[in-house]
Amino acid sequence: MNPILSIILKRLLIGFVTLWIVTIIIFAAIELLPGDIATEMLGQAATEESLAAFREKFDLNRPVHERYFSWLGGAITGDFGISLANQRPISELIGYRVGNTFFLAGYAAAIAVPIAVVSGMLAALYNGSVFDRVLSSSTLAAISFPEFFIAYILILIFSVGLGWFPSLANVDVEMGLGERLYRTFLPAMTLTLIVLAYMMRMTRAAILNLLALPYIEMAHLKGIKRWRVIAVHALPNALAPIINVIALNLAYLIVGVVLVEVVFVYPGLGQILVDAVSNRDVTVVQAACLIFAATYILLNLLADILSIIANPRLLHPR
Amino acid sequence: MTDLLLEMKDIRIEGRSDRQWKPIIKGVNLTLNRGEILGLIGESGAGKSTLGLAAMGYTKGGCRISGGSIHFDGQDLVGASNEALRQLRGARIAYVAQSAAAAFNPAYRLIDQYCEAPVKHGVMSRADAQSDAVELYRKIRLPNPEDIGFRYPHQVSGGQLQRAMTAMAMACRPDLIIFDEPTTALDVTTQIEVLAAIRDIVREYNTAAIYITHDLAVVAQMADKIKVLLRGEEVEEAPARDMLANPQQDYTKSLWAVRDFRRAPPAARHVDEGPLLEIRDMTAGYGAVDILKGINLTITRGSTVAVVGESGSGKSTMARVVMGLLPPSSGSLHYNGAALPKSGKQRPRDLQRHIQMIHQMADTALNPKHRIKDIIGRPLEFFLGLKGRAKDVRIRELLTLIELDPDEFINRMPSELSGGQKQRVCIARALAAEPDFIICDEVTSALDQLVAEGILRLLDRLQREMDLTYMFITHDIATVRSIADEVVVMQNGVIVEQGAKETIFSPPHAPYTELLLSSVPEMDPDWLAGLLKERGAMVTSEEQL
Repeated sequence: MNPILSIILKRLLIGFVTLWIVTIIIFAAIELLPGDIATEMLGQAATEESLAAFREKFDLNRPVHERYFSWLGGAITGDFGISLANQRPISELIGYRVGNTFFLAGYAAAIAVPIAVVSGMLAALYNGSVFDRVLSSSTLAAISFPEFFIAYILILIFSVGLGWFPSLANVDVEMGLGERLYRTFLPAMTLTLIVLAYMMRMTRAAILNLLALPYIEMAHLKGIKRWRVIAVHALPNALAPIINVIALNLAYLIVGVVLVEVVFVYPGLGQILVDAVSNRDVTVVQAACLIFAATYILLNLLADILSIIANPRLLHPR
Repeated sequence: MTDLLLEMKDIRIEGRSDRQWKPIIKGVNLTLNRGEILGLIGESGAGKSTLGLAAMGYTKGGCRISGGSIHFDGQDLVGASNEALRQLRGARIAYVAQSAAAAFNPAYRLIDQYCEAPVKHGVMSRADAQSDAVELYRKIRLPNPEDIGFRYPHQVSGGQLQRAMTAMAMACRPDLIIFDEPTTALDVTTQIEVLAAIRDIVREYNTAAIYITHDLAVVAQMADKIKVLLRGEEVEEAPARDMLANPQQDYTKSLWAVRDFRRAPPAARHVDEGPLLEIRDMTAGYGAVDILKGINLTITRGSTVAVVGESGSGKSTMARVVMGLLPPSSGSLHYNGAALPKSGKQRPRDLQRHIQMIHQMADTALNPKHRIKDIIGRPLEFFLGLKGRAKDVRIRELLTLIELDPDEFINRMPSELSGGQKQRVCIARALAAEPDFIICDEVTSALDQLVAEGILRLLDRLQREMDLTYMFITHDIATVRSIADEVVVMQNGVIVEQGAKETIFSPPHAPYTELLLSSVPEMDPDWLAGLLKERGAMVTSEEQL
């Protein structure tokens, strides 16, 4: 078998095993929370009958492993159970919000990734120049601020001051793509500013690492233009670390949007997660955790596979 | 065609270290006519590569041309703009690097890299460049010239890569090529083919060349004239034949003399005592692949057994087996009459102490974060339980033994040592365990000839004083001639011939030994031509493999 295929299959297998272990951890962690869920939800004043009815309704009387497997089985088919707080099916509650969160993360990534890679290459090309330093320090400044701070600054400038973009990103299902992009521009910019620095710096560092190598010197000695040396000779060999940091940041985009969504009142997962945590709505928290974990694992899996493919030694075996 | 192509006058190059500029090249003059080949020789650090690159108007990062002038075909390179230099490089002056494996971009096929310069310099179209590449690949005697270009660098052998790189340098038919130690990393048998290919193609296109090497015998085959460099200064320059026959300067003579080191017959060989190490019918490998097949070898106490062969012949794997790093899949090892456990972990510490190893790359064998005293002190503590003052005294003794001043070196970091000094520290570390048997794995291969000779003399002296036994792994026949008592010739994981040095080195030889011995370059400038004529069809031996 082609070695690359077997490596990828192995990675896939490991990825799914990891995901499965994560489901156990999430389920167990919630089980271990102190206190009785029924009492917590219904309050100290609840009667024995109403507590029993609550437990019956949410299957709390069955043994742990049975509940785990029925939860897992449901989760795989997209049914995360029923919200403890408002008794509605969780999938109905979070379905379109998950979509919104992925949309916002994708939007931010579509802006951030190209800018990060190109500016990282430019910084490597003009290494040590004023341009390089300004870029490095300004992106570093951007990640040094918490996201809600950046969000408010952007609102202050572009919404309150200039009035170009709305401060609330209240989208709904019927909205067209253009309108949606317009309304979510500020949250997307906030996220872009946060993830840009890591990706840009990694691109720059990965390329600079290569510049002392003989084949880069060789390219210079062949009289190749400097920009081409960076883009054509260095970048393809620097892809593996760049892909990995991009994947990590994309995963962060999805998981880390919580605060930004709250600031912009954006109907994504973040808002509902904050509500669920304050309500002790355990089943919703479980579902959100699982979605976040799956995103992290799948994105990293994808990054792994892409960096394997980016290695010519594996792609073109002897 | 004797008109002037390159003229460097009083060229000075500085490198930046410790926040100040230090001279690397201290006023060297160099002239080169069209079609002429200049051999540039000297030890590492002499400034050969720096001078060679300066002929392209190029300096490595952290270096600058601080004085003098360089004129290439009438054009001033020192004052030229970056853009003007870029247009020259690759088109009219090309470069062939030492390690072709590192100098080819791993992400692209050979032919893509070949075509890049001609297409980007506007010399020819991609299609023309591609068919031209096939033509040059054929001229330089690469196997399957039509297809080889479509392989990636890692899919091609080192000797073939080096030829492909020479072809790539030829792509724009430059007036001048800088060859920077193009065969240093190759086996002797491969080196010959690359040398012949380079020489023929350079002559065919009447290309001028600067051929940089530290190997005198190689330069003797290639150059019309030779320039000797020492610490950034010219020692002397003369036509090749004059220089070889009659070097004027003491330094040049000392370089010439290195190859004559011969060790005196061993003081104490204990032939009657029974073997120190015995390997019986041993097979070993990684995974399902057997690297070593049916190895039988006995080593007498107090002797030096040289293991020779090309890279990939299994020499280092044998060292790993003896060290217990790689348990063999079958066969047995006996040390001092007793069975030696296959895995090093199963060996008692005292037995581990008896067998020590010195590695090829002293650079990577020393922990860069440890001081010399810690590096040498560790085996003293681990094997002999020495502590405090006793350990300190012993470290000083060992440093004296390897001819390094204890007061000066005991607190240094490895980065503050030269290559030869580092290798000496590695020797001291092996000696610290008070071993009987030391495996030397290519210990002089990365060193200059003069430094290497010093290491060989040191090892020889230590052997006499401490009654050591060496297994000396090397691919360098000259080293074998100087130090071995017995020789083991390996090829593809099998011992093809073994015996006393005198027997192995005098005819008749086994066929592979013959090939190996005859491939070692000799100082005679006509040696290569003569050998190739003699071998005739054998030139293509690499292709048949």
